[in-house]
Amino acid sequence: MNRVEGRVKVTGLATYAAEYPVEGVTYAYPVQSRVAKGRVRRVDASAALAMPGVLAVLSCEDPPRLATEAEGELALFQSRDVAYRGQLVAAAVADTYENARAAADAIVVEYDQDVHDVSLRADHPGLYRPEVVNPAFPSDTEKGDIEAGLDAAETTVDVTYTTPVLHNNPMEPHAALALWDEEGRLLVYDTAQGTSSSRDMIASTLGLPKEHVRVVSRHVGGGFGSKGTTRPQAVLAALAARAAGRPVKIALTRQQMFDVTGYRTPTIQRLRLGVDSDGRLTALDHTAYEQSSTLEEFAEQTAVPARVMYATPALRTAHRLVRLDVATPSWMRAPGECPGMYALESAMDELAFAAGIDPIELRVRNEPETAPDSGLPFSSRNLVACLREGARRFGWDRRDPAPGIVREGEWMVGTGVAASTYPAVRRPSRARVTMREGDFLVQVAAADIGTGSRTALTAIAAGALGVAPDRVHVELGDSDLPEAPVAGGSMGTASWGSAVVRACEALKVNGTEGVADTTDEVKQDARLARHAFGAQFAEVRVNAVTGEVRLSRLLGVFAAGRIVDPVLARSQFIGGMTMGAGMALMEETLTDEEFGGFLRRDLAQYHVPACADLPDVEAVWLDEDDGELNPMGSKGIGEIGIVGTAAAIGNAVHHATGHRVRDLPITPPKILALRF
Amino acid sequence: MKTFEYARAESPADAVRKFAPGAMYLGGGTNLVDLMRLGVARPDHLVDVSRLPLDAVEEAGDRVRIGAAVRNSDLAAHPLIRSRYPMLARALLAGASGQVRNMATVAGNLLQRTRCAYFQDVTRPCNKREPGSGCPAIEGDHTNLAILGASHACVATHPSDMAVALAALDAEVHVTGPGGDKIIPMPGLHRLPGDAPERDTVLDPGDLITGVELPAPPPGASLYRKVRERASFAFALASIAAVLDVRDGTVAGCRIALGSLAHAPWRAERAEQVLVGGPATGEAFLTAAEAELEQARALPRNAFKVPLARNLIVRALEELAS
Ligand SMILES: Cc1cc2nc3c(=O)[nH]c(=O)nc-3n(C[C@H](O)[C@H](O)[C@H](O)COP(=O)(O)OP(=O)(O)OC[C@H]3O[C@@H](n4cnc5c(N)ncnc54)[C@H](O)[C@@H]3O)c2cc1C
Ligand code: SF4
Repeated sequence: MNRVEGRVKVTGLATYAAEYPVEGVTYAYPVQSRVAKGRVRRVDASAALAMPGVLAVLSCEDPPRLATEAEGELALFQSRDVAYRGQLVAAAVADTYENARAAADAIVVEYDQDVHDVSLRADHPGLYRPEVVNPAFPSDTEKGDIEAGLDAAETTVDVTYTTPVLHNNPMEPHAALALWDEEGRLLVYDTAQGTSSSRDMIASTLGLPKEHVRVVSRHVGGGFGSKGTTRPQAVLAALAARAAGRPVKIALTRQQMFDVTGYRTPTIQRLRLGVDSDGRLTALDHTAYEQSSTLEEFAEQTAVPARVMYATPALRTAHRLVRLDVATPSWMRAPGECPGMYALESAMDELAFAAGIDPIELRVRNEPETAPDSGLPFSSRNLVACLREGARRFGWDRRDPAPGIVREGEWMVGTGVAASTYPAVRRPSRARVTMREGDFLVQVAAADIGTGSRTALTAIAAGALGVAPDRVHVELGDSDLPEAPVAGGSMGTASWGSAVVRACEALKVNGTEGVADTTDEVKQDARLARHAFGAQFAEVRVNAVTGEVRLSRLLGVFAAGRIVDPVLARSQFIGGMTMGAGMALMEETLTDEEFGGFLRRDLAQYHVPACADLPDVEAVWLDEDDGELNPMGSKGIGEIGIVGTAAAIGNAVHHATGHRVRDLPITPPKILALRF
Repeated sequence: MKTFEYARAESPADAVRKFAPGAMYLGGGTNLVDLMRLGVARPDHLVDVSRLPLDAVEEAGDRVRIGAAVRNSDLAAHPLIRSRYPMLARALLAGASGQVRNMATVAGNLLQRTRCAYFQDVTRPCNKREPGSGCPAIEGDHTNLAILGASHACVATHPSDMAVALAALDAEVHVTGPGGDKIIPMPGLHRLPGDAPERDTVLDPGDLITGVELPAPPPGASLYRKVRERASFAFALASIAAVLDVRDGTVAGCRIALGSLAHAPWRAERAEQVLVGGPATGEAFLTAAEAELEQARALPRNAFKVPLARNLIVRALEELAS
């Protein structure tokens, strides 16, 4: 099935948040803090207010009214305290974008500057154990005796990996367009991954009843998590529109996106593993050190995937967080699984090598019968099948396990493997299906952030109704539609789709309309461990002269339930794998130790892979028939593709060179530091 | 973005006439417009020279003249360049992306500014942008900055690929300006930072580049090689343009220019001197590379560029010798 919105996208007719034509629209441009820690002493807006076209200036000098519940990154201009360099400290509103920007430039902000601390270290005195990690997992778990397990092991590894600050960088910048009506109702065109939750957050931040706020996000140009929580531009547009008495539009620049739309925390991860002489794990200990801001606690669940991966008598996972003078980290594609599985799957490879066991075999030998941490049975788990199928397709049996021996001229060639996993959960959702002139209108406040969810939901509804897809019309991206969870956590299609199927079933009974709310149905899900699994295979070529690492082959094999739409699925898998390749080889935002904030805040400096970086990338999937999941039998596929990719590539670099680079990204400087 | 006046020049003389104080010439705009958006460049006037009739690539005896407004993509595809100066075509094609090359002009490419992260961010100090404000790169992010010819005031690199090939080819830059016409042999166009990093080149205000002239290609085999962590659309971590002429096992002629290692394309004169007249052996190549890199002064995060440059020189010469 072709993408439902394909035509409007390629003809430029798809309307994104900043593009709605609105009469009398004005523009807001933010002023960002130049210090990383301190207090705003004074904001002098007199020059700005005297400039042509300027309608208002917002700052902490006259804090705009917000609800007392407003907090963290969204409590704009409520406090004089500066939490990080780049934080929004004021904004100018004017008749044109250029005038707003010029006025913002003319706003003088004076600071009392404090000494900042922006560096994550594993020995930071401020480290503490958070109560929960994102979204609500216990921070630490412990089962069995780790030290005894390590003592009893035949082979152990004790290794530390680091990953840098990473940014999502969706193509569409974060934007919002806010309009108030005479009754004090607010409409926000936002770049939201979920309009229901964005509406709730904007309403609670502004102290408005939910019914007075409507959020519309018909098309979103990528999010990856950075648009999953309400970002400051939405609140700023609303405040600016209230202050100016006019509709206000704001579109962040790429540089501003680096500062205020969240990022993946850097991590330092220590792994201690032991195996006995049969290659069975005796202990698995995973500790992650991470950062958050002084504004909000966001603790990425980096060590959580270790709780589902392998059978071991002793399993400990822990998270330690330090609050620094930095922006608040947030969701980035596969929070937790992505950095955590990089470290775990690299360590498993190190262990396999140290123990002289094939890395696939090591994983197979430690396949658990039930979820290692919770003890719950899996609804389905086909990791071993993915590894085996991948090995077959990739030609793993022809691989000489000895590292550093395949050489083609300047190039050292190696291959690596890593496992992949991602939870397959659902959230409660509502949906409504109505019969209209022989066609069917499906309404759900779902989001299509470029993944094709309109298309997937069309197919799901058509299947449930037993009609041709062209008789089904899906309306989404509007908080006035039946309430639905965000496009995040790879649970969008599973959650919305379940509600759509139930609504279709209800329509078949009722004849003209069906509504559904899956709250009760979803409660039953906790009986089983629900996860998708996969295996990633990489072949790299490492240049001995230049230190360049080129990825010559990347293969992902996934077991993710029933695939609703193969075309959409392939692009999700490959997109995730591509992002994982970026993480492995190039992506890195630098923290500016001297001034605070981030450096390299644009796409000429923050490199994401180009087509030339992935000459041969393929994703395939196994048929997985899992009747326990949801009416579609599907597992989410938005995130699993990024999980394990970096480990597979790092493991291949080791196989090629005989050296481990344990600090991502694996760039020429790090390769050149090795001796071959 | 600051308000500015825009005027299109009809001829080189007209361009120079229109160049008022606070003016800048505009080529394809792929660097200048970016810098204006960032607030790094704040011209009062833009004199558009991208459509001047300086858009030809012509033979002049055994030399080739390239107009300043020739687009990077056209130059790379030109039969004269491809056949006689393949190294230059390679260097051009290694730079930026197809879209950028379609816009970028020869003059603009030569005069593109450093990609140092601090230079591009007006909220941070930078001696090149704001003389006297300091150079945070030295203690901070200098991963892709200079190991050769840098100063305490600035460790920026010139990011052009094309300019490296031009330096190896002994190209001449033709200039007209308020002070008359001049011819500047490469790599002399670009300065080392010294105490005045705000000055990238030896040009005076109002000087207009009208073209580049290439002498007859030097005898021998040539290559251009660029190192970058992303396979395409990335500035070089280091690059080399090299020509080697070996006769009877002896180096008869040699040109080596290095990119992304200094404030200017770097002609490796010491290495060339060591090599010419000596044997074309791997050992000699290594000695030459080391002679050149003795003057390298690396910072903690760009120390990798020393072995990288050494490897590049040795490997390039080995390849050309074989
Ligand atoms: C994302 C990105 C990636 C890039 N990657 C690379 C790369 O890998 N390698 C590489 O070499 N380059 C790269 N570039 C840089 C690109 O090559 C330059 O931006 C381009 O060559 C500049 O040419 P232009 O005509 O657009 O110059 P403009 O931006 O118009 O001008 C640049 C400067 O030259 C001056 N100028 C222009 N014409 C004249 C003239 N006739 N006389 C005097 N002064 C003049 C202008 O005043 C200005 O100061 C990249 C650029 C971008 C945006
Ligand atoms: S290296 Fe040069 S350009 Fe970079 S910050 Fe220092 S002075 Fe500025």
